[in-house]
Amino acid sequence: MKAASFDYVRASSKKEVLQLLHEHGEDARILAGGQSLMATLNMRLTQPKVVIDINRVEELNRIRNESGYLAVGAAVRQVQLTDRAELAREVPLLAKALPWIGHFQTRNRGTVCGSVAHADPSAEIPLCLVTLGGSVVLESLKGKRREVPAAEFFQGLLTTDRQPKELISEVRFPLAQDGTDYRFQEIAMRHGDFALVALALCLRADGAHLGVGGVADRPVAQTLPLGDELPAALNTLAWSLGAQDDVHASAAYRRQLVRELGQRLIEEPSHARPR
Amino acid sequence: MHAPAEQRSEIELELNGETRHGRTEPRTQLCDFLRHDLGATGVHVGCEHGVCGACTVLVDGVASRSCLMLAVQADGRRIDTVESLARDDVMNDLQQAFSRHHALQCGFCTSGILMSCVEFLQRVPTPDEAQVRDMLSGHLCRCTGYTGIVRAVLEVAGQRQSGESQQNASENPNDV
Ligand SMILES: Cc1cc2nc3c(=O)[nH]c(=O)nc-3n(C[C@@H](O)[C@H](O)[C@H](O)COP(=O)(O)OP(=O)(O)OC[C@H]3O[C@@H](n4cnc5c(N)ncnc54)[C@H](O)[C@@H]3O)c2cc1C
Ligand code: FES
Ligand code: FES
Repeated sequence: MKAASFDYVRASSKKEVLQLLHEHGEDARILAGGQSLMATLNMRLTQPKVVIDINRVEELNRIRNESGYLAVGAAVRQVQLTDRAELAREVPLLAKALPWIGHFQTRNRGTVCGSVAHADPSAEIPLCLVTLGGSVVLESLKGKRREVPAAEFFQGLLTTDRQPKELISEVRFPLAQDGTDYRFQEIAMRHGDFALVALALCLRADGAHLGVGGVADRPVAQTLPLGDELPAALNTLAWSLGAQDDVHASAAYRRQLVRELGQRLIEEPSHARPR
Repeated sequence: MHAPAEQRSEIELELNGETRHGRTEPRTQLCDFLRHDLGATGVHVGCEHGVCGACTVLVDGVASRSCLMLAVQADGRRIDTVESLARDDVMNDLQQAFSRHHALQCGFCTSGILMSCVEFLQRVPTPDEAQVRDMLSGHLCRCTGYTGIVRAVLEVAGQRQSGESQQNASENPNDV
């Protein structure tokens, strides 16, 4: 299948991107890594009038370690984070989740912000962002620069709080906190496929903050009690997500994965985990 | 660069070490441009939506799906396809190992897999089997069951480490 016609603009600055978004709004699409957009163009699921390529905008290709968070710019590819040696110290949850995203060939081009903009309910990066309590920075030519908490940004299947004239200029991941153990696990049909259920965990002595992807229409995170109360709390969480049957798995199987995998991830000793 | 819809804009890229020019519409995928306009028919097109990996090429040395890139995005870039591997009609060590280990039957998936292997072995010169299989998860092969491919990649990695590959590359490929 071949894409319908569109104008292509290779932007060279953030200002130019914002100007084009201002001018074209809904008719424009940002082209980041293209690992999701290109397929939808080829299948004509989207037919934008203008495609704005941000791949060569140097000022968007930045990773900054600020006080309290790691800021990742719109043109930063997933591979740039997997190659970042400090990431395991800075945002260990993300370091553990990245190898689960697609394949090395798709991580070579796919961006971090593109995954957030796309908002697939089973995507790993949005799940980490929500579980860690991170945020999304949105900019437009005329509007105010907004920083939106991840939990408010994701609104449903491929639906976010981003307005048509806004660019996600960066996403912010809170840095690791002392005394927290970060864990990630997922089940997919084959490695690299989208997750049936993905779990991201911040484990502290007084509770488990567990994020679940692939079940509800967006990533959801909740703090659960440890010990005897855990199984009942996991069961309540599993039922609250509104799991659906699809060709890959039944709703009941997804709930069971949340309970079983959740319990294991929380209770397993820290050295016993694969990946 | 502003490339208007339905008009062919001029682009220049380095294909397998040679500077090449062409004119292309914005909506043309890189894989189609490489095949139809530049004659690099070793680039295979399977699914056209990023799933099968048959169209994998190197973009500035990085393994990428050429069906998920626009040809206009390759302007000013270095692209390497499977045509870059053989020298003077002699297949390189990877290609020879694929042949030896029956790592292909119909060969449709092979050119993409080879290009992934090129970058992979630079990044991970001494992979274990699990790492090779993880790299191959980005490719679909309907014929081989992957076992021969895994063997071939592991063998070449071992040879390159022990410096045997030079000697191997000069073997007559018809002997294997
Ligand atoms: C075979 C395959 C397997 C995959 N498996 C997984 C997986 O397991 N998990 C997973 O999470 N993903 C997976 N993906 C998708 C992932 O690779 C993409 O990288 C990601 O979903 C989108 O990022 P991108 O940079 O490619 O964005 P693009 O495809 O360029 O854009 C996606 C959408 O977001 C918009 N957009 C992008 N950047 C911005 C921005 N800065 N501001 C505003 N809007 C923007 C675009 O306009 C478009 O609508 C897979 C892809 C493939 C091809
Ligand atoms: S043709 Fe590009 S991945 Fe299938
Ligand atoms: S050899 Fe036929 S698809 Fe791989």
